[in-house]
Amino acid sequence: MKIAVCVSHVPDTATRIKIGADRKAIDPAGVTYIINPYDEFAVEEALKTKEKVGGDSLVYVITVGGEANKDTIRKALAMGVDEGILLKDDNQRDSFGIAKALADEIKSLGCEIVFCGKQSVDYDNSITGQIVAEMLNYNCVPVVVDFKIDGNKITAEREIEGGKEVVETELPAVITTQKGLNEPRYASLKGIMAAKKKTITEKPAIPSTNFAEVLDMNLPATKQPGRILGSDSSAVAELVKLLREEAKVI
Amino acid sequence: MANKILAVLEQREGTIKKVSFEVASTAAKLSKELNLDVEAVVAGAEVSNINEVSKYGISKLVHFKNSELNNYSSSAYADVFSGYASEVGATYIFVGNTAFGNDLAPRLSVKLNSGCVVDCINLTVESGEVIATRPIYAGKSNLKTKLNSDVKIFTIRPNIFKAELSDAGSFSVDVKEVSNPNLKSKVVAYKKSEGKLDVAEADIIVSGGRGMKGPENFNLLESLADVLGAAVGASRAVVDAGWRPHREQVGQTGKTVSPTLYVACGISGAIQHLAGMSTSKYIVAINKDKDAPIFSVADYGIAGDLFEVLPVLTEEIKKIKS
Repeated sequence: MKIAVCVSHVPDTATRIKIGADRKAIDPAGVTYIINPYDEFAVEEALKTKEKVGGDSLVYVITVGGEANKDTIRKALAMGVDEGILLKDDNQRDSFGIAKALADEIKSLGCEIVFCGKQSVDYDNSITGQIVAEMLNYNCVPVVVDFKIDGNKITAEREIEGGKEVVETELPAVITTQKGLNEPRYASLKGIMAAKKKTITEKPAIPSTNFAEVLDMNLPATKQPGRILGSDSSAVAELVKLLREEAKVI
Repeated sequence: MANKILAVLEQREGTIKKVSFEVASTAAKLSKELNLDVEAVVAGAEVSNINEVSKYGISKLVHFKNSELNNYSSSAYADVFSGYASEVGATYIFVGNTAFGNDLAPRLSVKLNSGCVVDCINLTVESGEVIATRPIYAGKSNLKTKLNSDVKIFTIRPNIFKAELSDAGSFSVDVKEVSNPNLKSKVVAYKKSEGKLDVAEADIIVSGGRGMKGPENFNLLESLADVLGAAVGASRAVVDAGWRPHREQVGQTGKTVSPTLYVACGISGAIQHLAGMSTSKYIVAINKDKDAPIFSVADYGIAGDLFEVLPVLTEEIKKIKS
């Protein structure tokens, strides 16, 4: 079985965001980029699925973006993915543009199952996986915390407000992964060495026109710090009074 | 064919959810500014509170009915709603940014060849176009954006848009029986999490961090949450340590929340955490370290020992509630 993992290359979550001069994107100066944290669960689940299905299964890692995305591809290769594919485009794409490139590549590879993080922690769109699935007419279960595959049959639990939904569907399918699904493996030294010998194919991403137009990026108004009411429980009475009379929230 | 706005409502176990009234009200308000007709749509078996939708400026609701649609099915719902949107020539679709909306909206987008902006916190009409603002980088930044597609889909963050009462004059429910829904993907069971409220939906959140010192001490937070009718939240540190389940995690790689009141206990306020909760209307911080970054976003703080403060706070609130 051919298995795809779609990953994105994003600023570290500890990054303090500075807005770029054009006010359309962040200023990348001094920003450390990492593999999108949710994509690590996708890589792990793809590798587990390969181990379970066995045979001559292959796992491909696919990403859309610039040259720098190769660092994220290598990270996935070091964890055990077989091959990397960079769909090159230096321009900013919306979720549709990214999904279009991914879907095109998944189709030509003939991958029956696709894993991707439930959202990228940069633009927080959380829809790319579902769009890829619809474009390919694949089934899709987003935000998965438990995944089982048995032949063609998939049973997945997805996180929803106040609980979980158990979803049954079939291959071919796209699964978007949520924290809690698994514990991503660390890349071993052997894995890191082996990754150097693995293939990274580079090709232009198929063209796409964005539906979403960025008008402006800005920083939210910073909240003014409030009052420290005290240093022990003697301040509780005042706190309760303020919550009741000033904030009117209790 | 008239251009229309559709407000897609979400029902769970036969009851329309609160966020859907926010969606209905927002769609009704925008319909006036855009000078378009608005309709609400819902799919399900029996829906108990359907008439309540009429309070929010909606005069027509279409109920797609089939017993198989009581549980969500992404394939069936996407077919039903996209089919109807095409039929009536819908140009705008609004839905709540919940697990349901987030699953459904992108599928409708592909079927209708439309763009999709998720998690909007503000929607305005400028020169006849809807301009959306949404947080990105978990709230560290905001993006103003518009869609250049013929059909435009927006999902709105719960608890941000008000469900404002507005009389539309009349109200009709059109029931359309759905035959042979496409159940390629379907929900076969719903497992409610023990514990009560979900942080994503709660009006009040009481959250704990490493300062709680251990999972056994979260009963202090649970007692406070009980008297407040609040959900219990957690910082990433305590989730990673296995003290609390991931569904309670607030912040980047957890949930971004905007409750009316957020009480942070023993949370220092890492940038990832602040990003996920600083849009809360009121923030209370209780932390031993008076220099903790959490105090920079808190409206009210107590720089003291939470083990001493929390029981007193719970008692005080219990008194005024009784």
